[in-house]
Amino acid sequence: MRELTTPAVEMKGIWFSYERTPVLEDISFTLKEGDFLGMIGPNGGGKTTLLKLLLGILKPDRGLIRVLGEEPHRARRRVGYVPQNTDSNNTFPVSVMDVVLMGRLAISRMGKSFSAKDRPMAEEALRKVGMWNSKNTPIGKLSGGQRQRVLIARALVAEPEILFLDEPTAKVDPEFESNIYDFLKELNRRATIVTITHDVGVISRYVKSVACVNRTLIYHEEAQITNEMLEMAYECPVDLIAHGIPHRVLPHHEHH
Amino acid sequence: MWEALQYDFMRNALLAGLLVSISCGIIGSLVVVNRIVFISGGIAHAAFGGVGLGFFYGFSPFLGAAAFASGASLIMGAVSLKNKHRADTIIGVLWAIGMAVGIILIDLTPGYHVDLMSYLFGSILAVPSADLWLMLPLDGFIFLAVLFFYKEFVALSYDEEFAFVMGVPVKTLYLLLLGMTAFSIVMIIRVVGLILVIALLTIPPFIAEKYTRSLGHMMLLSSILSICFTFLGLWLSYVFDITSGATIILVAGVGFFFSQILNFIKGKVEIPFRKQWSDHENH
Repeated sequence: MRELTTPAVEMKGIWFSYERTPVLEDISFTLKEGDFLGMIGPNGGGKTTLLKLLLGILKPDRGLIRVLGEEPHRARRRVGYVPQNTDSNNTFPVSVMDVVLMGRLAISRMGKSFSAKDRPMAEEALRKVGMWNSKNTPIGKLSGGQRQRVLIARALVAEPEILFLDEPTAKVDPEFESNIYDFLKELNRRATIVTITHDVGVISRYVKSVACVNRTLIYHEEAQITNEMLEMAYECPVDLIAHGIPHRVLPHHEHH
Repeated sequence: MWEALQYDFMRNALLAGLLVSISCGIIGSLVVVNRIVFISGGIAHAAFGGVGLGFFYGFSPFLGAAAFASGASLIMGAVSLKNKHRADTIIGVLWAIGMAVGIILIDLTPGYHVDLMSYLFGSILAVPSADLWLMLPLDGFIFLAVLFFYKEFVALSYDEEFAFVMGVPVKTLYLLLLGMTAFSIVMIIRVVGLILVIALLTIPPFIAEKYTRSLGHMMLLSSILSICFTFLGLWLSYVFDITSGATIILVAGVGFFFSQILNFIKGKVEIPFRKQWSDHENH
């Protein structure tokens, strides 16, 4: 019973700045367990920063954050993370299998090698994303889209209660893109999902709620991009037009 | 050549080269993949302050170097964790201050004029047996620590943020790595001197990275390369009667260029091949 009432994510009055440049100002919102949140907003608007605050990688200047009812750094073993897919560190000598096994670090003991149980779990995750045949390939030899699949497998193998994704389909071919979201939808039965996306098609078809982040945050408990969000994030509509708006996403024009 | 092995100093030199190469391969690989080459340079030069202190107060200069190197590694580690954007500047400042302190303390040491060259460019031919007995447990500690935390070090080196989210104590391991780097550096100073430390620490892993598929293999190949460079350099310096530390580094440098040329040729062969295929697809 108690678990049902604990919100998946809770932010109260969060302020954050890099050096002295404010990035996020007075952010408050609550996400209920089992939600599927799509985060939109212009580049540099603070989406990734917000995600890193929730993961405990960054600490806010002010305010309160709870993930699964705990402080972010305490909850970190219960969360999954798919970072932005960058080309950095691609000469690092590590195989696809070993990258996926990193997702088991939260469960396995320090100072011990991975257990016999970890490898079948990694195999299962790699099969789900269709990368099992590349298990011995060096990670740097993969294409951007293939690497993205591996990063998703790495997050899944941790069996997270809440999954954070930073533009999971950025470099992925369109076919696999809908695969990923179908897959996340299935996963959403068991886990809360928070994803940053530029693709409004995703919002209309998959997510349950939307947040627009541009220094401040507007949260909407339905999969609708409100006029308020459009006004706040000027760049949002550019993306909307570029992708063609499924009419369900935008509410009827409201007169204030 | 073989008659040289009759001498104690030559046997000690080879053993020192072997012990240093092992820690060099392990720690050097971690230094390269974690991009802490600059901090390592800073630690090596700041260690010179400890050499000066040793002379001034009349204790072992290498003990002083070890103390200064570990102190510098902790300060630089804390600074780079706290203030990422200005860390390189602060490391550069500590680098220079350490050197200056060392030189002035040696100036102030009465009477005795020290052979600075042996600290700047190494003195592998003058390693006493007692030093070997210090290097052995240090090697053992580094080997065991990296073995124990191997999967954590791999995760930390590949993707620090993800490792953090998975509950790996990344800050503690980072400081442990810097501490082990400091002790490796003090050993390497014995062999090639503090000015050339960076070359021996980074050249073998840099070559090895291209031919290996895991961090462990990279460490192993780096150690083997390091042993080859050290022994070959030592032999050449004996035959031609030239400074051993500099010869070892030159041998490593030749290895570096040789591997680069090899990679370049390999790239040349691969690219036209790939192009052919894409042309084929386009038609």
